[in-house]
Amino acid sequence: MSGFFNGKNINELFSGLLRFLAKNPPKNSGRTAEIVSSKPISSRLYSSEIKKCTLIPGDGIGPEISAAVQQIFESAKVPIEWESVDVTPVRGPDGKFGIPQAAIDSVNRNKIGLKGPLMTPVGKGHRSLNLALRKEFNLYANVRPCRSLEGYKTLYDDVDVVTIRENTEGEYSGIEHEIVDGVVQSIKLITEDASRRVAEFAFQYAKENKRKKVTAVHKANIMRMSDGLFLRCCRDMAKKYPDVKFEERYLDTVCLNMVQDPSKYDVLVMPNLYGDILSDMCAGLVGGLGLTPSGNIGLNGALFESVHGTAPDIAGQDKANPTALLLSAVMMLRYMQLTPYADKIERACFETIKEAKYLTGDLGGKAKCSEFTNEICSKISQS
Amino acid sequence: MALITRQIPRIFIQATQGAAVRSIHNSTISNSPVLAQRPDTRVTATLIPGDGVGPDLVYSVQEVFKAAGVPVDWESYFFSEVNPTLSAPLEDVAKSISKNRVALKGILATPDYSHTGELQTLNMKLRNELDLYANVVHVKSLPGVKCRHSNIDCVIIREQTEGEYSALEHESVPGVVECLKIVTAKKSQRIAKFAFDYAVKNNRKKVTAVHKANIMKLGDGLFLRSCEEMAKLYPKIEFEKMIVDNCTMQMVSKPQQFDVMVTPNLYGNIVDNLASGLVGGAGVVSGSSYSADCVVFEPGARHTFSEAVGKNVANPTAMLLCASKLLRHVNLTVYSDMVRNAVEKVLQDGKVRTKDIGGQNSTQEFTYAVISNLELPKA
Repeated sequence: MSGFFNGKNINELFSGLLRFLAKNPPKNSGRTAEIVSSKPISSRLYSSEIKKCTLIPGDGIGPEISAAVQQIFESAKVPIEWESVDVTPVRGPDGKFGIPQAAIDSVNRNKIGLKGPLMTPVGKGHRSLNLALRKEFNLYANVRPCRSLEGYKTLYDDVDVVTIRENTEGEYSGIEHEIVDGVVQSIKLITEDASRRVAEFAFQYAKENKRKKVTAVHKANIMRMSDGLFLRCCRDMAKKYPDVKFEERYLDTVCLNMVQDPSKYDVLVMPNLYGDILSDMCAGLVGGLGLTPSGNIGLNGALFESVHGTAPDIAGQDKANPTALLLSAVMMLRYMQLTPYADKIERACFETIKEAKYLTGDLGGKAKCSEFTNEICSKISQS
Repeated sequence: MALITRQIPRIFIQATQGAAVRSIHNSTISNSPVLAQRPDTRVTATLIPGDGVGPDLVYSVQEVFKAAGVPVDWESYFFSEVNPTLSAPLEDVAKSISKNRVALKGILATPDYSHTGELQTLNMKLRNELDLYANVVHVKSLPGVKCRHSNIDCVIIREQTEGEYSALEHESVPGVVECLKIVTAKKSQRIAKFAFDYAVKNNRKKVTAVHKANIMKLGDGLFLRSCEEMAKLYPKIEFEKMIVDNCTMQMVSKPQQFDVMVTPNLYGNIVDNLASGLVGGAGVVSGSSYSADCVVFEPGARHTFSEAVGKNVANPTAMLLCASKLLRHVNLTVYSDMVRNAVEKVLQDGKVRTKDIGGQNSTQEFTYAVISNLELPKA
């Protein structure tokens, strides 16, 4: 018994308690106040000092493309210091595998992170790391801008949409059970708080990024209560942003129109599953996940990531395309109000793709990842 | 006596078929023998014009049928959720369809709120009443319809009696809503069998099961398992599984890779519309819903297009192709081909095109163009 109260345990207890407090600050009085607190923690970031940023290189091609991004950032002299962490699951005190505490602390401290692709081993006894990170940092909104790139031809050249997806509940709540043999019931959970939060974020995003229109994508004709609630939250929020146009569309209508005329849509906001499907579909329109950045905005920070796979078949061969991660990093810079750097890097990246001299294999070129990266760097230093 | 001896082996065969695992139900894709052997030559079919531009499109079909002299009598019902006072009762419509066994149906509008506070839509009620469990949408690039993609030819088979469309929702506490998605082994197996039977009957090579079992491990897992098990019984048909988000991405970049797809309810709705968008939109894709003993033909992408009501601009292609399929189903193949060929001819000529496929012609003009292209097939 005496062993239980040794110093280490007490320390752990204390630090756990502190973490708990840090993560769950006392609730504000009104609901609106709570929502406002979800805004980017930008005031802290206005200062000109060097900011620290957590980097999770990831698996497979992750380290290569992370190195490429770091190289490009260096050549653009971005005032960011990377703090590279490893998220290989370790066995925690409860016996379960999870993200190492050091990684969690790092993101909590820096409030911002960039993540390469992570591998989720099937059936290895720990849940998806992506999901764990999402839960850990309360990443409630997933933002994915999809824009047609000049120089990489697809059948669609007029795509410019941003999908904003509720990321914490809905169909992916993970509540399922088999009532009797052969009858399964999955619960889709929609809450007013989460819906309002993501709706607010969508309108805020539209306003800050000078977008014209927000479209709420729903299926309230079928799921009258749950999607109805989501829709109601969007409508309420629309009233607070009178200068952003608001429309409601059925999911099937959006699918139908998107593949015919993508220019009909601007910012799309939707529940979890629809967002998952539509964001991947939009990525398909512009050439796949290798070209689309993604950001997860949360209560305790933001995590930007590339959503493509780990591509173990080409890992370590200097063949991977770092565009998705680079554009995610650009999104991160914008989020940190480092817009001039963001613009500079983005321009260099788009130009390199447009010139099509150094394209990686997935875009139909022959260049190596390092050649592509060097070209972007030289464009940056020229500008 | 001779009659009885002839019947006995048949009874035995039927009994063994009934016991076999494969025949969960009797597939009715083929022309129903009952209809083919009907004593009178005229066929009666139920007609539900639906909401939005439905009545315009149905009128177009009726005009074409009249001009072609198609021996079909319609039993018309006004059936609508947005106009409940004028709507025919569900029982009457269901009775008519189960009596006639074929129906042509426009799209019913589904408002976000029902007048009676019900969660189930009229569409769902009709499907459940008749057990129209399989929705088949054949998406094919049409000659003369300009699209970004070409050579698309896939069939989407969608389970449409359970899943997300179960209309079981409740608000546990204010601001928290639970919506139940029901997946059952029985219905999953039934749709999987339907899909494989369809593939066999129509000389298709591959069946793709669309799912999200990586997240919904139990629900979609059950659906996927049912498909996998069914696939073992059809070794000649290639089986493939695909996660729904990847599927939509593949669909917009390489739609030619798909053949037959089998999906749960909501994903089917998404893929149907997506695929329809690829070949020219909601106005050109036909579909059909099957139960064990009746078929309802309706456009593949379900949009009422209510903004075009009374403007005479809707494209009747989808509805005409549905009608052509209906004729084929009741074994009036000559008429079926007549209508289909006429529609394809008009599209291919490209002189008369409605607004949605880049023309300026009205619904009426399109209909007349089809009528003037009606030709009896050469014997």
